[in-house]
Amino acid sequence: MAEPLTMAMPDLQLGLSPAQPLVRFNLRCREADVAACSEALRLDLPTRPCTSAENGGRSALWLGPDEWLILTSDQDDPSSHLTATMGDRFFSWVDIRARQVGLVLTGPESARRLNTGCPLDLDLKAFPIGMCTRTVFAKAEIVLWRREVQSFHIEVWRSFAPYLKGMLAAAG
Amino acid sequence: MTGAFRTKTGGRIDRQKSVSFQFDGKTYQGYEGDTLASALLANGVHLMGRSFKYHRPRGVLSAGSEEPNALVTVRRDGRRVTPNLRATEVALYQGLEAHSQNRWPSLNFDVGAINSLMARFIPSGFYYKTFMWPRKAWDALYEPIIRQAAGLGDAPTEPDPDVYLNTYAHCEILVVGGGPAGLAAALSASQGEGRVILVEDGAELGGSLLIERDALIDGQPALDWLASARQQLAARPNVTILTRATAFAYNAHNMVCVTERLSDHRADAQPGEARERLWQIRAADVILAQGAVERPLVFPDNDRPGVLLAEAARTYLNRYGVTPGRRVVVATGHDSAYRVAIELQAAGVEIAALADLRPTPSGPWVERAQGLGIKVLKGTAITGTSGGRRVTGARLSPLIGMAQVGKPDWIACDAVLMSGGCTPSVHLWSQSRGKVKWDEALDAFLPSEAAERAICVGAGAGRFDLAEVLADGAQTGARLAGLKTPPAFHVEATPLAPRGVVGAVPHDRGPNALAFVDWQNDVTAKDLKLAVREGFQSIEHLKRYTTTGMATDQGKTSNLNALAIASDLLDRPIPAIGLTTFRMPFTPVTFGTLAGLARGDLFDPVRCTPMHGWAEAKGAVFEDVSLWKRARYFPQGGEDMHAAVARECLAVRSRAGIFDASTLGKIEIVGPDAAEFLNRFYINAWTKLGVGRCRYGVLLREDGFVMDDGVVGRLAADRFHLTTTTGGAARVLAMMEDYLQTEWPDLRVACTSTTEQWAVIAVQGPKARDIVSRLTSLDLSSERLPHMSLVEGEVAGAPARLFRVSFTGELGYEINVPSDRGLEVWEKVVAAGAEFGLTPYGTETMHVLRAEKGFIIVGQETDGTATPDDVGLGWAIGKAKPDFVGKRSLARPSMSDPDRKQLVGLLTERPETVLEEGAQIVASPGGTPPLALIGHVTSSYASATLGRSIALAMIQGGRARMGQKLYSPSPQGDIAVTVCAPVFYDPEGERVNG
Repeated sequence: MAEPLTMAMPDLQLGLSPAQPLVRFNLRCREADVAACSEALRLDLPTRPCTSAENGGRSALWLGPDEWLILTSDQDDPSSHLTATMGDRFFSWVDIRARQVGLVLTGPESARRLNTGCPLDLDLKAFPIGMCTRTVFAKAEIVLWRREVQSFHIEVWRSFAPYLKGMLAAAG
Repeated sequence: MTGAFRTKTGGRIDRQKSVSFQFDGKTYQGYEGDTLASALLANGVHLMGRSFKYHRPRGVLSAGSEEPNALVTVRRDGRRVTPNLRATEVALYQGLEAHSQNRWPSLNFDVGAINSLMARFIPSGFYYKTFMWPRKAWDALYEPIIRQAAGLGDAPTEPDPDVYLNTYAHCEILVVGGGPAGLAAALSASQGEGRVILVEDGAELGGSLLIERDALIDGQPALDWLASARQQLAARPNVTILTRATAFAYNAHNMVCVTERLSDHRADAQPGEARERLWQIRAADVILAQGAVERPLVFPDNDRPGVLLAEAARTYLNRYGVTPGRRVVVATGHDSAYRVAIELQAAGVEIAALADLRPTPSGPWVERAQGLGIKVLKGTAITGTSGGRRVTGARLSPLIGMAQVGKPDWIACDAVLMSGGCTPSVHLWSQSRGKVKWDEALDAFLPSEAAERAICVGAGAGRFDLAEVLADGAQTGARLAGLKTPPAFHVEATPLAPRGVVGAVPHDRGPNALAFVDWQNDVTAKDLKLAVREGFQSIEHLKRYTTTGMATDQGKTSNLNALAIASDLLDRPIPAIGLTTFRMPFTPVTFGTLAGLARGDLFDPVRCTPMHGWAEAKGAVFEDVSLWKRARYFPQGGEDMHAAVARECLAVRSRAGIFDASTLGKIEIVGPDAAEFLNRFYINAWTKLGVGRCRYGVLLREDGFVMDDGVVGRLAADRFHLTTTTGGAARVLAMMEDYLQTEWPDLRVACTSTTEQWAVIAVQGPKARDIVSRLTSLDLSSERLPHMSLVEGEVAGAPARLFRVSFTGELGYEINVPSDRGLEVWEKVVAAGAEFGLTPYGTETMHVLRAEKGFIIVGQETDGTATPDDVGLGWAIGKAKPDFVGKRSLARPSMSDPDRKQLVGLLTERPETVLEEGAQIVASPGGTPPLALIGHVTSSYASATLGRSIALAMIQGGRARMGQKLYSPSPQGDIAVTVCAPVFYDPEGERVNG
């Protein structure tokens, strides 16, 4: 159970593999400051529910009206630029790079497999490419982000990752 | 040939594939495609069970999911045993082993059948009336005996080796029922764009079409039309067909639960295979095409093996090639029985008589039957049967008027087929909270107002004519799919008059005749009469008193007859008596399906810290703390917990210990109003807390009682690092969000969970600074980093938040590093500490160390009714603050009652005596119960440091009792204790400043 999932070998049969190394930030910011924040991050923070935006390797996943999950490469740290640019505007920027791990589920069975534990409609019409949401897989909370028709990026708190992987594998 | 009652040809069984199976130890032959019931009937076996209350011999009554009698246990091996399966739904496979139930020692000779002779002494409400007095006999005598006799089947004793899967699914249109209405609905609905899921309970699609011999659809025999309809559906990419799948629950917002049986029908099903899959289907629209259930006739001795529903006999004949007997009496109040009689006669069965309750039945079926020479007795009631474990004759009496009968005639027969007409199946509709309305013309409750986006079609909506059924399904499917023109089907069929009869058949057999209404719960017309006589008038009361309709079949065959009988007795129309609500599940569901994969290792997430593997390798014993595994102690060389904890405690007090505190909840509070937010949220004052300083915070609920606690460090003017208890992290964060969103949206502050961002390595003990300073260039001196302060920097090469805090009373640090660096830093600390005797310790040692210092644990010292003052934390309250969560409640007079339970220490007279945690405390010894309880022990340990036991307790007015002698009653006698201050070690608190 303790084996850190990020180090785990990809499970080819499941189509489950660790995501590329990423750093993660939780961003909270009010509507009035979204434009300024977007500019500072060089990324249009999505304001439509459950949508995402990407630019130059940085991604913003809408999690709530004032909350985004920012993912970027481990070489990139927008923190100081953001803080400097935002000045007195209120925003909350918290480093959560180690809080969770990223997994990629790929393959023709990926949506069906996710539906063994995730109650959302993952039909492409209901859950198109780029859509993201905080949801559950069985008893674990996840952030689910569709990258391609048959590929999903999953963010899960690190201690829940072995459970998530176990459930996905057992679900058949 | 597999059995004497098998027809030469026909049926949907595979006559090339003979299958042998066992029932109650005896081997029989059947065919692939048989059910257990059809195969037993083919062998002339009608007796399949004993009834619940009277242990009467019972045969199979139906051919489907409504079966009340033929409940069997199917056993594959010691671990795969399933009781209470309906023999009518158990698919036959090579080697099937089935057992009858509710009998001892055997089905043919059952001791419990004495109950049947006693029937007149076991009326409805018998249990309520008889076992009331004497009260004491209930526990000792009545309950054990009733428990022994109660229940159907035996629960398996071994763990189930099979796997149960789950899937969520979504569709635009869900069709429940694969009979003609459902097929037509699915065919038309799937011409649209939307996804269609078609769910069929049986092994194959078709429903009543599978037994239809007469009708032509689009010029083809029904079975040919069915084959092409199935092909069309299977070819459409937007259609999912589930067979052997029962829609058992209709939940809010069109969430329908379906259990799909994957392997029960297969001879080669292996242990550990996927046995069932739960489908949780969310549908935009639901079409319920559940069909109708044939009503039995309520007449004396109607439960003898060999008496079955007429349409069931037709199913056995046309689907399985089985006849119910050789010489059959048909008793009816409905046209369909004529069709059954005609088809049976054509199969070579003698129809001894067809007794029709209706005085003047007419129409094409009646004429056809008479034309074929079937002896039709109009205006004739069946008033009894003869026989023991199989019917041998039927008693037929001419009706005189509506309520009386004339002289009976006995007619020899080996089967009686009965039909009272069809009851639309409104089970799922009722579960969906849809309303029903009584239809006078049909004698049936029909769906009326919907509560969900659901619609009933076909026989379930009271449409029995095949042409109408197909049109109804097709039009409904088309409308929901947005089609302009629904597919049309041309049907040539001989119509049946839809109306039948309801209620009890009149008879002259006296008041004690047993005319069964509810076969499964053994409820007779007489029981209903008695209940009405005793004053029960509402169907809800009648149902509970007599238990009619309360068996696992939920009264599928009995409800309407029970209602009609009550209506007759009360002289009130049926709708005035009401229909009870049908509940989920439609038919019983296995526990496995409900549990799914949530068992064993996957029962719950098991959360482990980054250092878990290290602790495991060191032989740590773990304990569960919420979902986390925490190392409890690290036994060495065969130590027990007591020895290991004593050693770990002494190591921390004399040298240093290392402890994994990663599970502590952590929340980062960010924003210019962060301090103000904490001011309002916690009882403490935060505004003046300097950057780089920490404070112990206490959180109350609105009611003023302690909810959580933890150390809060100020990282910057607008940034706090807050810790919570391990189990409280989620609820504290949720409460914060709640307040921020609903009470104080003006505050510019946001909270982010960082529990898993940080691995926390606690180094505690006099050598802690020596050890940590080896790993960092940060200035750890008490001048720069005093107790209750923090600094950010690098520790062991990792970015760290280094807290100088102590939950042990010793000089201590908590090194917070990103979780993915946790193990690496931990190992470096261990290495650096080796020369100082650094000892890993677990939660048990942590508990002892903090108890020696009188530090509370929320949830151990507190129980949701303790104020801060009760647990000695009154000092923490920011007195000058205008408000904080719980402040107003603390002002209530009872909250400052000096006699409230207060935290104190207890010392036993004998130092080696360790009190039981949770033990009560009394003021004087040797009392006789009930004793006045003045408090309880909350924590109790053997303290190696102090060389004696210590305990914390919550005692009424405890702080005023210092030095008092109190007692803890125990099985070994009263234990004398002395009340003391709750700090046992280093009361001045100097060691933390070391």
